Amino acid sequence: MVFLLQQMMLYAVPLMIVALAGVCAERSGIINLALEGIMIFGAFMGVVFVRMFQEGGWTQDQGQLIMLISLLLSGICGIVFSMLLAFSAINLKADQTIGGTALNMLAPALVMFFIYMIVQQNSMGMVSGGAAGWFMIKPSTFGYPKGYSFGPFLDFFINKVYLTTYICILIFILVSIFLYKTKTGMRLRSCGENPQAADSLGINVYKMRYLGVGLSGFLAGIGGFTFSMTTANMTSNGDVAGYGFLALAVMIFGNWTPLNIAGGSILFGLFKCIAATYSTLDINGDGVFALNEIGISPYVYRMLPYVITLIVLAFTSKSSRVPKAEGIPYDKGMR
Amino acid sequence: MPRKDPITGKLKWYKSEGAVAVYSALISILIGMAVGAIIVIVVGMSKSNISTSGVWEGIKLVFLGVFSTGRNAAGQLTFGFNGVNIGNMLFRAVPLIMTGLSVAVAFKTGLFNIGAAGQYLMGTMGTLSVGLWLGWSGCPKALAWLCAFLVGIILGALWGAIPGIFKAFLNINEVITCIMTNWIAANLVTWWFDAHEMFKNSAEGGKVGYIIPLKQVGVVTPKLLMDKIFAGSQANGGFWIACIIAVAMWVMMTKTTFGYELRACGSNRHAAKYAGINDKKNIILSMAIAGALAAAGASLYFLSGNTEFYWSTYQKLPAEGFNGIPVALLAANHPIGAIFSGIFMSMMNISGLQLKSLTAYNEYIADIVIAVIVYLSAFSMLIKTMLSKRIKHDHGNVNAEPAPAADKKDEAAGVTETETEKGGQK
Repeated sequence: MVFLLQQMMLYAVPLMIVALAGVCAERSGIINLALEGIMIFGAFMGVVFVRMFQEGGWTQDQGQLIMLISLLLSGICGIVFSMLLAFSAINLKADQTIGGTALNMLAPALVMFFIYMIVQQNSMGMVSGGAAGWFMIKPSTFGYPKGYSFGPFLDFFINKVYLTTYICILIFILVSIFLYKTKTGMRLRSCGENPQAADSLGINVYKMRYLGVGLSGFLAGIGGFTFSMTTANMTSNGDVAGYGFLALAVMIFGNWTPLNIAGGSILFGLFKCIAATYSTLDINGDGVFALNEIGISPYVYRMLPYVITLIVLAFTSKSSRVPKAEGIPYDKGMR
Repeated sequence: MPRKDPITGKLKWYKSEGAVAVYSALISILIGMAVGAIIVIVVGMSKSNISTSGVWEGIKLVFLGVFSTGRNAAGQLTFGFNGVNIGNMLFRAVPLIMTGLSVAVAFKTGLFNIGAAGQYLMGTMGTLSVGLWLGWSGCPKALAWLCAFLVGIILGALWGAIPGIFKAFLNINEVITCIMTNWIAANLVTWWFDAHEMFKNSAEGGKVGYIIPLKQVGVVTPKLLMDKIFAGSQANGGFWIACIIAVAMWVMMTKTTFGYELRACGSNRHAAKYAGINDKKNIILSMAIAGALAAAGASLYFLSGNTEFYWSTYQKLPAEGFNGIPVALLAANHPIGAIFSGIFMSMMNISGLQLKSLTAYNEYIADIVIAVIVYLSAFSMLIKTMLSKRIKHDHGNVNAEPAPAADKKDEAAGVTETETEKGGQK
């Protein structure tokens, strides 16, 4: 059970972070289709930074510190990359889906180009060791011997987990507070609903939209790093398995509100995790791999997350609430 | 802006709206290639294993890769008519043109078809299965070809209709349903081929994991002169079929009532409904057509005979599906334009392969160039405005005394044009 929950978090965490990234942009009125591209770029830069630390002589004992710094730096790279979208969507009033598509194409192209130039192969990992050895929190992180157990409850929280799970929870809380309880956050949301009205009250719509896209880039960069660390063993190959688009789906699924998104990404993560581990999944701990013995094709399990999403959407579509000004370039002269 | 010839009262062709759109696309392409050249230079300078002549060769290949004929005995790059390269370019352009058309048609109806990848996979499944099955059953090859093509298209249309139904009846954003149906299709296709051993290519060593190519049963697209013009390449009649479909789409969108209804739904769904157009039917049909087009791309690609399909695809969606988006954008959603932008995209792919095989660079430069061009196409409004101003300026010099009334009219025309453009972008 602990294993299942931890596995579930592995899939849910990057999704949640990136879906929250999407909310920041969309609530300010910009469709951020570039989430996938920013993730790819963030993941690549994360690997580059980790390699730099490793080549700079940092050791495994400083793993958590390396991870935190690289995480922040890849978030900052995400901001820089997302500014390309912000510039075309805000200043040039271009179609936002075009800008997003362009970044989605640019990121893998750039990343693959540089990976080939750096390591002459089609994926780039750490210089030595693996993500689990360097960055996972395990008994030895606290000075206990290998294989030590903290008991079933504590094990879930501090044994064989990544720090990013907690960073994700922190991001969830911060984004919720920011959007609903701070002045800036409410102004940002107003720009996604009715920018003309917001402007008439003295809010700088351009600034708010830049803020939204920037935040979105930061979080998507972090999400890309998290994805590459937790599910791809800290390698970058110009691909994040469609997680950026899935996050976009989770965001729409979660009705643009942080709480629903958290629920949506956990649900999605659970089914993704069942799909990945069904053959060795021991739900109640009696040594019987129940899901494997039913004899259903693995492809059914792999399809399940997407089918469930479609079904849930079909039933909840009536209450869907899109930010009203989403996707419409703000033009001062227009009423 | 539309300027009328003072004598004939007609638009001068080189100043018309369409011409300006073409100019701005060409400018984007030039800038994109220039960016590619700059990256070649910068990377060449920073890497010690690339000499100055290597940088120069890289730049030449970025611009003229498709005309490359390899290296001569002295090790110099040579250029000229390369039938294999150009034929392969046209061959690879076919799926790009078709998925580009798919995205463009949906765009015209106000829908963003990001599900071309799934529709493409469904078309692949239908065409390969039916083609192989009928090929073995001994039915006439031409009939087998037609059935394989049609079944692929029908499967794609049905698959494309799903997001349309969700959009029309439940008002669910088509982007999310397209993404979901993409991955469901990827799993379905893998499941289908996994469960049917007979389609797997187990006879040829090194082809494990691939489906038997259709040339083994003889169900292939006729060459239609393409093998004469481009000897040694993979080009076949599929290119002509793609062109015919593109023209048919243009006729459908601009010359028929149905096309008008589709476009009306795209401009304003509610207004169209108010005018008595069945918006739900049109949305579903538009997505079904988009699905059929994407699937037709897959059908034509695999009906060429010697293309291999790697069936275990549940973790990866085909790139052709997503490359349709830039093709449509570069063509400004014009069906005829999609032919040219599709050819351009595959030309860049060929250039990339030439870069990889002939220099120290790799093929991803071409992808960067394409991405930059797509990014610039977001600026097309800006470029168009600048170009129009220039044309206006020239005109002013020629006719020293423009009538004030005409001037006002032009301005009014300009405003409506920008407004319709914005309407189209929504």
